[in-house]
Amino acid sequence: MNLVPLLVAIPLAGGFLMPILGRLSVRGRSAAVLPILMAAAMLVLSVLLLATPDAKTPPYWVGAWDFPVGISLVADGLSKLLLVVINVISLLALVFSLDYMARYTKPDLYYSLFMLMLAGMNGVVLAGDLFNLFVFLEVAAIASYALVAFGTEADELEASMKYLVLGAISSAFILIGIAVMYNVTGHLNWAKIAALVKAGGGPTLPVYLAAAFFLMGFGLKAAMVPFHAWLPDAHPSAPAPISAMLSGVLIKACGVYVLCRLVCSVFGGHEPFGMALLVLGVLSMVLGALMAIGQSDLKRLLAYSSISQVGYVVLALGTGVIVLARWGGDPAMESLAFLAFFAGLFHLVNHAVFKGLLFLCSGSIEQATGTRRLSHLAGLGSKMPVTGWSLRAGALAISGIPPFGGFWSKLLIILALVRAGADVHWGFYVPAALAAATAVITLAYYAKVQRDVLGGDPSPAVMGARPAPRAMQVASVALAVLCLATALIVVPAVRVRLVDPAIHVLAGTASGSVSAVVQAPAGAADSSVSETPAVDQENAAARPADEPAPSMALVEREVP
Amino acid sequence: MTLEMLPFLLAFMLLVIGIYAIIAKRNVIKVIVGLLILDYAVNLVLILMGYRGSGDGAAALAPIKTPGLSEQMMLERAVDPLPQALVLTSIVIGLSVAALVVALAIRLYDKYGTFDTGLMRNLRG
Repeated sequence: MNLVPLLVAIPLAGGFLMPILGRLSVRGRSAAVLPILMAAAMLVLSVLLLATPDAKTPPYWVGAWDFPVGISLVADGLSKLLLVVINVISLLALVFSLDYMARYTKPDLYYSLFMLMLAGMNGVVLAGDLFNLFVFLEVAAIASYALVAFGTEADELEASMKYLVLGAISSAFILIGIAVMYNVTGHLNWAKIAALVKAGGGPTLPVYLAAAFFLMGFGLKAAMVPFHAWLPDAHPSAPAPISAMLSGVLIKACGVYVLCRLVCSVFGGHEPFGMALLVLGVLSMVLGALMAIGQSDLKRLLAYSSISQVGYVVLALGTGVIVLARWGGDPAMESLAFLAFFAGLFHLVNHAVFKGLLFLCSGSIEQATGTRRLSHLAGLGSKMPVTGWSLRAGALAISGIPPFGGFWSKLLIILALVRAGADVHWGFYVPAALAAATAVITLAYYAKVQRDVLGGDPSPAVMGARPAPRAMQVASVALAVLCLATALIVVPAVRVRLVDPAIHVLAGTASGSVSAVVQAPAGAADSSVSETPAVDQENAAARPADEPAPSMALVEREVP
Repeated sequence: MTLEMLPFLLAFMLLVIGIYAIIAKRNVIKVIVGLLILDYAVNLVLILMGYRGSGDGAAALAPIKTPGLSEQMMLERAVDPLPQALVLTSIVIGLSVAALVVALAIRLYDKYGTFDTGLMRNLRG
């Protein structure tokens, strides 16, 4: 039996069951039971998926319509890694909500929206074609707009409004990108599009146009720097577990994941795309960190630091794409690209864990003291030891202190950039230096957080603070332990199991081969290549490279 | 530029008008109208992508199987049905976003007594 559709079906069912349970007056803490059970089940499922090799997880065809017409849900290495990350964080966020949501009314609606958002994210990661990607993206986005406004105070409503308006613009851009891609290729399935783009001799002008729209759209979703304006308002306004979900996984599942999936798998990882990722990554990394320094609100500081850390991820992935695109055949260069991909994905996992932890801690602190202002929080460490130590672990991990996972991923990113600078092109020294400098800045502002929040004598706001309730402590301690445990990913034996399949998805397709790791069932990808008439390839060869391709769609559609 | 480009130009104009309204207007309701225009512009683009005029100037057919119509004829003349299906989905999504944004606007009005974003604290720009 194919387990993949359950990952979308379970939270979707949960989303619609919760309001009914709410009607049956299942309120308060008992409302959390069903979501937590569901999230645990999904975590088990996603771990099971990760444990099975790609060859044994065929795509699921919704309604049994076959390639390339049908709607597919595909779990390959990259999707599986993201699934595990999403479901770990969501389970712990739900456990945290058990006590945290006590001060809000209507917990049933909160859990309903939470499950819908989760269904959306799982769907985005599993979608095998552009349009379903869009639909799931919107499911996740609409649920998150509503969740940001869940407190219904003026700040929350404003933040949600801003988030919604910018989100709607990004969705419009993404939809135009999809329309352009459909017009160029006549297909929406990723494997098919990838094969057609390759058969057409690499990306043509319309493909670049579509890519520009996608870059704007998903750049907005991922809050890369020119498009980041909504994040510092939206993420702090949401309830803390939702902030953890938004910063920890939503911007990655809906932004970073889709960007690298499109660049690597669909457009075939060409150098201009890698360059675009690199530039966006560097901008976000540096400017996000600079903007974080001046913040006096704990959650706002964390939000800006999310922009910066996601910049690291995108920078590393972009480097991998560039290296692979230009110096593909060389084994030494390929290993360098692998290192860059690994470092990027590793940092993605790490960031999900420690940013989730930090936001959960900020929730505990806000609930105990009623404030998020750093200057009012002195001396918290002695009053709330568990939260204090978890916060310390998160802050150490994100600023890259040795035993934690965050250290290794940052080290590997900088290492990959330096190696690229030495072996490939001196230009890579610039992002390498910036990455190192940003690491120092990050250390500085998290040192500030630790000094202000944990050290010193208790301030008036902190005097009355009591330790966080049990469930909140359990969630933060579990994430703090995970912060340490992610360091194990560096160990080759663990890496091979967890991250390598994902790297192969990125690299295998980034080097231009539409292999079986893309969505198509075995053989279908090959047949789709040969299906494309040879005439089209000749056309491609005959015309200048950057002239628009005579619509490949025409050739495709005339086949009865 | 041919006459066939005209609808695309219209869609582009709608797109620009929508974005202009979202960026430049201070009234929340006008921003929402801008969002809706943007939505329609994108839907129009999708529909246009699916349109295939037949070269001899005859009108395109609706992609519906009718008794007097051969399969060959359908393939040559009918417009592409897929973007139309996509637009249906996209309209539904647009509707839910519109409902949510209007609900937000009403709550904001309750808080501030105005729709002017300039008077709200951190919504400027």
